[in-house]
Amino acid sequence: MKKFILVLLAIVPLFAIASGSSLHLDKADNDLTDKESLKKGFESYLNYCLGCHQLQYQRYNRTFADLGIDEAEGVEKWMPTGDKVGGHILNTMPAKDAAAWFGSTPPDLTLEARFRSPDYIYTYLRSFYIDENRPFGVNNKVFPDVGMPHVLQGLQGVRTMDEHGVLSEAKGGSMTEEEYDTFARDLTNFLEYTGEPSKLQRESLGYWVIGFLFILLIFTYLLKKEYWRDVH
Amino acid sequence: MLASFMAWIEQRLPFMDAMNKHALQYPAPKNFNFWYVFGILASVVLVNQILTGVWLTMNYEPSGEGAFASVEYIMRDVDYGWLLRYMHSTGASAFFIVVYLHMFRGVMYGSYQKPRELLWIFGMFIYLVLMAEAFMGYLLPWGNMSYWGAQVIISLFGAIPVIGEELTIWIKGDYVISGATLNRFFALHVIALPLVLIVLVFLHILALHEVGSNNPDGSDIKKPKGSVKPEELSKFTFHEQYTKKYDIVDAIPFHPYYTVKDLVAVVIFLILFSCVMFFNPEGGGYFLEGPNFTPANGLKTPEHIAPVWYFGPFYTVLRVIPDKLMGMVGMFAAIGVLFALPWFDRGIVRSFRYRSKLHLLNLSQFAICFVLLGVLGTLPASELANLAGRIATFGYFGFFVALWIYSKDEKTKPVPDRVTG
Repeated sequence: MKKFILVLLAIVPLFAIASGSSLHLDKADNDLTDKESLKKGFESYLNYCLGCHQLQYQRYNRTFADLGIDEAEGVEKWMPTGDKVGGHILNTMPAKDAAAWFGSTPPDLTLEARFRSPDYIYTYLRSFYIDENRPFGVNNKVFPDVGMPHVLQGLQGVRTMDEHGVLSEAKGGSMTEEEYDTFARDLTNFLEYTGEPSKLQRESLGYWVIGFLFILLIFTYLLKKEYWRDVH
Repeated sequence: MLASFMAWIEQRLPFMDAMNKHALQYPAPKNFNFWYVFGILASVVLVNQILTGVWLTMNYEPSGEGAFASVEYIMRDVDYGWLLRYMHSTGASAFFIVVYLHMFRGVMYGSYQKPRELLWIFGMFIYLVLMAEAFMGYLLPWGNMSYWGAQVIISLFGAIPVIGEELTIWIKGDYVISGATLNRFFALHVIALPLVLIVLVFLHILALHEVGSNNPDGSDIKKPKGSVKPEELSKFTFHEQYTKKYDIVDAIPFHPYYTVKDLVAVVIFLILFSCVMFFNPEGGGYFLEGPNFTPANGLKTPEHIAPVWYFGPFYTVLRVIPDKLMGMVGMFAAIGVLFALPWFDRGIVRSFRYRSKLHLLNLSQFAICFVLLGVLGTLPASELANLAGRIATFGYFGFFVALWIYSKDEKTKPVPDRVTG
């Protein structure tokens, strides 16, 4: 019996090989409980991303409720397209035209943080660089030959990549590097939220369930002990 | 009043008699250890899968256009839909974890040996149906990994000479994996296979109760009638079906002794289950894979297509054999040999506790190879992985061959007449 456990332990290091990743990603360090950050991310998303990237599974009123935005205020301030408040966050760009303009339809981003990871989104937003060979004059370090232009260039400025793959600033934008990182972090935070709106509820319920099970464990153990008195 | 009602029922359907036979007066060896909880845990997971499955079906839409969106609808708009979905998806992986441990228990303690061969075969059929059930269920979220995983597995059948190509079209119901495939997989996943599974589980338990449970010592607790001194007989009352033919020693009634013991195991299991379900439902990308959060797309292949972890061992066997047809034969043979295990083992000593050092070594290398095959199945192919995979495949099949050879004249230790501990 003990030998088996030892043997099983010996093969655990194999799993370490399984988890290696080739791509270096920066830590997003975003905080889903930070509602101000989520609100800023939501606002940035509406201003910079929604034109091309829909959130077709995420509803406005759910977003308002989860982010602590009053619904009436939200409709006035945060719903530029005049949709119904219970509707999904959609844009009006025809998919066919989009495919013709960009080579492929810009993907829906509701679940992007679950498909890739928050770290990926955070790094991606900060990894555009000048590449004259691309249709829009920019490329991305973590997503080579990406089809989209650097929409946030006005904020971040322009960067170049040297032969070692290091990015450096060529021309500043309207934000400092620090401000831009915070901007990217807020946007990442918002996308992690849309990926799984119930995540915080899931975790808080988890503590209660596991807490209850531990109490139940004590009683079931005592019950077992009591009954097994007859056997021993 | 109640008593006469119960008597009325009993005359028409012997309900209490069945309860006595299978629980209250069922003789279970008193020395079950930790390894003996996984059968109950598998039943708990089965019930979980059926119940959450019913509720998921109420909001799921089995069509190529609507499936992916309906899963997100469940995750967002259905009250506690996310909980149902995670219970079901975590349950799928948990099912295989407990079933693999349950099977390994059987291998360690020789629970497949005479007279429990049929019991083992029913169990293997359960495992086979479970794999089909999981495979079809995995297509239903209609994510991109669902799609490409199914594509890889179904295309295997194309390697069969002459009928292969036609066969894959017959399975898919279309020339490509499409809504038609999704609909038939849905029908099989929610109706056909669960029915078969429940019937098989029923037969598995009936067959178990007919021959009785094995135990970590492999000693018989049923002795020939009249061979045991009255003071050594088990002091509990057992059903006459068992006592009529045998003298029963070292046994306790399944209920309440093992029900209360298993209850502890169930709670511990639920704690571990909850840790995954509430705090890491993706299981580190192994239970729910990242690419499955994008809808199925026949034009966009995920970077690295890997089957879900529980198919890993057999997928590796398939992959490391260079020829596609031979690979498929190897993969099915890897499952097939398990069915034949009771006949590969020609020994009469059941538990590894009283078998040779060689057997312990063989058993250990088998466990290592199986886990290694599973790990490799989730990794991208590389030369090193291929080499390791071939060695592990050799070890896997080697277990059966070696067992067949040495088990005939194995140097075993004396098995105690009565169970220990």
